[in-house]
Amino acid sequence: MNSRDNDRQRFFTRRAALLAGGQFGLLAALVGRMYYLQVVESDRYHTLAEENRINMRLLPPSRGRILDRFGVPIAVNQKNYRVLIKSENTPDVPAVLDRLAMIIDLGPEEKARILKEVRRKKKFVPVTVREFLEWEDVARLEVNAPDLPGVTIDVGERRFYPNSDSAAHILGYVGAPRPEDLTGDPLLELPGFRIGRSGIERAFDRPLRGAAGARQLEVNAVGRVIRELDRQDGKPGRDVVLTLDMALQRAATERLGEEAGAVVVMDAHTGALIVQASTPSFDPNQFTEGLSNAQWRRLADNERAPLRNKAIAGEYAPGSTFKMIVALAALEEGLITPQTSFFCPGHLELGDGKFHCWKRHGHGHVDLNRSLAESCDVYYYEVARKVGIDKIAKMAARFGLGTELGLDVPGERAGLIPTKAWKRAVVGQPWVVGETLVAGIGQGFVLTTPLQLATMTARMVNGGKAVTPYLARDRVERGQLAARADTPVADIGVDSGHLDLMIEAMNLVTQDRTGTAHRARITVPGLTMGGKTGTAQVRRISRREREAGVRKNEELPWRFRDHALFVGYGPIENPRYAIAVVVEHGGGGSSVAAPIARDVMAATLDRDPARLSPGANVAGFDGPGNRGS
Amino acid sequence: MSQFGTAQPTLRQKLLRLNWELVLLISLTASVGFAMLYSAANGSFDPWATRQMSRFAVGIVLMLCVALVDIRLWLRASYTVYAASLVLLAAVEIMGSIGMGAQRWLNLGFFQLQPSEVMKIAVVLALARWFHGFEVDEAGRIRNLIIPVFIVLAPMALVLRQPDLGTAGVIAMVGGAMFWLGGARLWQFGVVLAAGAAAVPVAWQFLHAYQKQRIFTFLNPETDPLGAGYHILQSKIALGSGGLFGKGFLEGTQSHLNFLPEKQTDFIFTMLAEEFGLIGGVGLIALYALLIAYGFYIALRCRSQFARLLAMGVTVNFFLYVFINVAMVMGVLPVVGVPLPLISYGGTAMLTVLIGFGLLMSCWLHRDTYINRRGGLA
Repeated sequence: MNSRDNDRQRFFTRRAALLAGGQFGLLAALVGRMYYLQVVESDRYHTLAEENRINMRLLPPSRGRILDRFGVPIAVNQKNYRVLIKSENTPDVPAVLDRLAMIIDLGPEEKARILKEVRRKKKFVPVTVREFLEWEDVARLEVNAPDLPGVTIDVGERRFYPNSDSAAHILGYVGAPRPEDLTGDPLLELPGFRIGRSGIERAFDRPLRGAAGARQLEVNAVGRVIRELDRQDGKPGRDVVLTLDMALQRAATERLGEEAGAVVVMDAHTGALIVQASTPSFDPNQFTEGLSNAQWRRLADNERAPLRNKAIAGEYAPGSTFKMIVALAALEEGLITPQTSFFCPGHLELGDGKFHCWKRHGHGHVDLNRSLAESCDVYYYEVARKVGIDKIAKMAARFGLGTELGLDVPGERAGLIPTKAWKRAVVGQPWVVGETLVAGIGQGFVLTTPLQLATMTARMVNGGKAVTPYLARDRVERGQLAARADTPVADIGVDSGHLDLMIEAMNLVTQDRTGTAHRARITVPGLTMGGKTGTAQVRRISRREREAGVRKNEELPWRFRDHALFVGYGPIENPRYAIAVVVEHGGGGSSVAAPIARDVMAATLDRDPARLSPGANVAGFDGPGNRGS
Repeated sequence: MSQFGTAQPTLRQKLLRLNWELVLLISLTASVGFAMLYSAANGSFDPWATRQMSRFAVGIVLMLCVALVDIRLWLRASYTVYAASLVLLAAVEIMGSIGMGAQRWLNLGFFQLQPSEVMKIAVVLALARWFHGFEVDEAGRIRNLIIPVFIVLAPMALVLRQPDLGTAGVIAMVGGAMFWLGGARLWQFGVVLAAGAAAVPVAWQFLHAYQKQRIFTFLNPETDPLGAGYHILQSKIALGSGGLFGKGFLEGTQSHLNFLPEKQTDFIFTMLAEEFGLIGGVGLIALYALLIAYGFYIALRCRSQFARLLAMGVTVNFFLYVFINVAMVMGVLPVVGVPLPLISYGGTAMLTVLIGFGLLMSCWLHRDTYINRRGGLA
């Protein structure tokens, strides 16, 4: 070994040592980096890893039911059987669809839609083939399962309204959330999730909805579910108990029959609505399944407005049912006494105008009792002229007319009680006395809803308590159901003696032989009803027409016929229930509305909880002991 | 000195003298790889672990064959091996350019050969032979460095055209190490580094968009978590979430849920670190350090400059695999597609690494063989 070789070896050893040192240094740096990632930053990456891996899936809660005052379900959840297809388990999707079509009858467009969805979605995401299957179809699918690879049946829930149309307007319906409904709550974005769209379903949507549960799923990078890690069942929605009596509701709806109209029955002491019927109606179940365009048009274009809840959103001239307000205004002002009488020759002349009474040849001398029992128009022209429109309006307001009453379902209309200031502001013209006369018989500008008329009647017969109507036993407070506050109802501030005069007069309407609703009195022994008829013109009768003889309602096209109205209460002694009936273009109040009111009131009195189920806790019923005197 | 070199050991002696502890160390490392491949397949020997084992078996036999060949034969064959590798590399390049797409391998039927992998060893062989012929002071002369520079640049140019930045970088670094060990002067390294730095802006123009993107992403992976930065970010998440002790064998959630890309090849270290934590990761790095230290030890024990250079070159090459791969999965280096030696699933890398160890063992077996400047026998 020569020295040059030794030099070379020493040189190599030196440089190799440096090189190896560098290598170990770099490896040590890697270990340091690893320590940083796995120990120092470990928590952060651990969290990121969990987020990566765990996917929360919401479990939609079961929607609360809606029950009537006796606990009869009127909105429930039904099992919704759905056929799903998963393309990863289906070797030949079109072929399987063809075989499916032999069982559940799939149209070509439907097949095209399914195929399109199958192509668009990931292969392990199920595609809905058909919803709302009949049980027989489910059974047949189960039997044929071996021929249908990848086809599964899934059970969901759907809303079902067993009393389909008699309470449709109150219940409302459920539908898929619209973009503006989305609040960021992921529950709303779940496919198939429904929210309340109108009526109770909408007003009580939050408590009915309940709280979503969640499944923690382990998923892989492409979202496939590996397994379920955790499951938290949600809270099902709360049941909402209504004050409605479904048996009566159904009876009222059936009694209205083909007519377009509304019936409202209210517990005069609490404001609880026992009946709130509006016809024609619709089948809310159709909304759950999704309405076809043709179905929608049929409902929307119908001149009898099946979609409108006429009980709270139908605004009608109250006609003669308004006369109590005019009388009370005059009594309170001391302008008349029960004995004050006016002479009715069949009309009243004012300037150029001639204001007619419905009784062509007049009532002769009329006092307060007769004016209401026989519904003399001239009497009220005279009284209205004395009182003036603004005082009438003030009295109407005390009885809840002209304002929304805060019903616990949406859609209430305010109606209209005109004042001089209102006309100046809205119409832009000064008030004329003739308009006061017309308002005095509930015509002209005056508009009320059946709900307001029932409330008015209730306040009149319950001793002047400002009850307000409600439909549900509980209220919604911050998304929760809360018991109705038991605060004493305010007084409307009308002399109870004057109110008694009204009741006395209204008793005569049915009880006296001359009363306009005598023929429509309750004949069932032990059941009684008092009230007031009303007939509201919907068109102006010209002088020429009047001279030629007023045509009978039956001769007119439907939409020109008079509205028939009746407001009433029962029983006559200690009135418990107030009722308002409006039949659109029904003709006369005494001939059309009063008989309906009679039948519904009789049934209501017959089904009084105190008689029907003594001691039971019935929504909106405060028990016989608490009855107002 | 005459007791060395002339008396050649018999095959039996060679087998007895073979460093079996090194074979054991290699097998141990490879076994870690089998376990990880088993885990990567969610607890199944299919599809990776079994095939990797059979490759390893073939590779070990090949390694022993390489080890038993006289080192002087390797010296004589080194330029030929280099030339052949260059031809293969060019062949891949030509095939790629005549319409077979960006291929980096030749299909040899039973196995796909990636010439760029073989090239790493070939460069070491060729440079070892070149520097073997010079004294230290001679080797540092410019005129004696021109040919070795081309030995390095030629394959680099071909690999860059593929384009494979990672392998080109490895060849450059292995070459640099050989220059360093062979006798290049310090100032020469300074000049090359300065020239390289100056060339960066020019080279940038020639990069493909995806390569530029990779570099951007490497610099800031969080900007594009679902796109180009996905790999790095997911790798760091998997690694970081492993913690000190890991999630346990077969329990690595990130890798098993397929968040981790390429978990059986380039990112297998991440999976190991996720399942076995810092302890497991450092353990494997320690195992690699042992192998590297062993190579260093052998290099220092060799009497011939060729064997020394070869042993050290092979070791540096091995180190580069380990370092680049581990640094890459930890987000320290850009994702360049360098496998983790002995562990990542893949044939060529496994064979190249094992042939390298075979050469290292050959150096050990013939550590006392004297080789003259011309490469002949003493």
